[in-house]
Amino acid sequence: MVDAAARLLIVDDNKVNRLLLSRSVEMQGHRAALAENGRIALEMLRREPYDLLLLDIEMPEMDGFAVLEQLKADPQLRDLPVIVTSSVEGLDNIVRCIGLGAEDYLPKPVNAVLLKARIGASLEKKRLRDQQKELVRRFATSEVAQDLQQSGFALGGKRVHASVMFSDIRGFTTLVEKLPPEETIELLNAYYALMFEAISSHGGVVNQMIGDGLMALFGAPLPLDDCAGSAVAAALEMVELIEQFNLERSAAQRPSIRIGIGVATGEVVAGYTGTQQRATYTCIGDTVNLAARLEAHTKVVGRGILIDESTQRSLTDGVRTEALGAVPFKGKTATAEIFAVASGRSS
Amino acid sequence: MNEPVIDPTVYAALQETTGAEFAAELADTFLEEASGMLAELRNARSENHADRFRRAAHSLKSNSNTFGAVRLAALARDLELKGLDPDPARDTTALAALEAEYTRAAAALKDLRNG
Repeated sequence: MVDAAARLLIVDDNKVNRLLLSRSVEMQGHRAALAENGRIALEMLRREPYDLLLLDIEMPEMDGFAVLEQLKADPQLRDLPVIVTSSVEGLDNIVRCIGLGAEDYLPKPVNAVLLKARIGASLEKKRLRDQQKELVRRFATSEVAQDLQQSGFALGGKRVHASVMFSDIRGFTTLVEKLPPEETIELLNAYYALMFEAISSHGGVVNQMIGDGLMALFGAPLPLDDCAGSAVAAALEMVELIEQFNLERSAAQRPSIRIGIGVATGEVVAGYTGTQQRATYTCIGDTVNLAARLEAHTKVVGRGILIDESTQRSLTDGVRTEALGAVPFKGKTATAEIFAVASGRSS
Repeated sequence: MNEPVIDPTVYAALQETTGAEFAAELADTFLEEASGMLAELRNARSENHADRFRRAAHSLKSNSNTFGAVRLAALARDLELKGLDPDPARDTTALAALEAEYTRAAAALKDLRNG
């Protein structure tokens, strides 16, 4: 599987060791770059990407332990596989290397066959890890991917202050009935591309897509200073982008679309829910339910964007809102004060 | 001591895995570098620099093992593990023995290198 040439960095203060290791590595079909001590190695690692590090321990200026510590602390480098090659004495030193994240330890003089096997195994593991990261990137948002990488995966949630947004296309079912399926997919993809752009440019994260609807979070998994303001700004941009999109569509004699957006702000429980095998990052709580109800209510009152009181209170003067009074929502004991947000263009 | 100065099987394995030409070049590199390591040991001793002393002994041990210079490796390892002796005279004696062993190892390695 690992037939492709990899780029290795060999760090050793001893010239004979450097030459011998690079010879072995090159005979295996890989490319090797050389560094004389840990400090130089870290500089090289931060300048350009490598697939694997062969690391000596006993070195002047910065030894292998310090390199391992720095790699571990660096989010960009902590996944770089490291094989320690050393003739350092004492089992405790080997244990220390492994504890600091080294993949493997090979005593010097390094056996060429063993080295080949270990390099192969390390590169294969790295390839799988990279593949996994790529999948996480594609199917989760970068924020969730980052959160997963930093804190690992654990089911369960934590309480965070966030704004939740629900949005969908008005009359989508009727619209779809008139469209060939290919055109529907095309429409949805264009719509999602615009919505993702508006949401992520304001620090939000789309965490669910259901048909023509989506749920987005502002303030989770990563905290956001002004989550309510960001969510409303994103909502306004979404409406504006849809207006532009409609101009293009009507120029092409295609039906225009309308969206409804609900935003609520408050405490939510955010985390991974599902099973150990399959889970999704989401938020639950009253705030989430309220946002969903607000979105549904846009149809009732014929407004594009509805927000709750807590969102409205967090807004700065620049945003025009109109109080629509208290509304009793299904499943809620108390009524909720709701506000319509006036989009920038229309009065 | 009936142990050979250089274990010929180690050098043969080195030739086999890296190529005879490369092994010869590597031996040359070692012979060039080793005098520096021996000098570093002397200097670290006279300047009372424990880290440098240990590191130079460590390097010499590591390279000696690469070429199968087993006796030289053992003497270097002793110095690495022991570090600077409280009595400098004992290190001076040990260093003299190390240098004598290096002279023998270098000669034997040159013989192997030249086939």
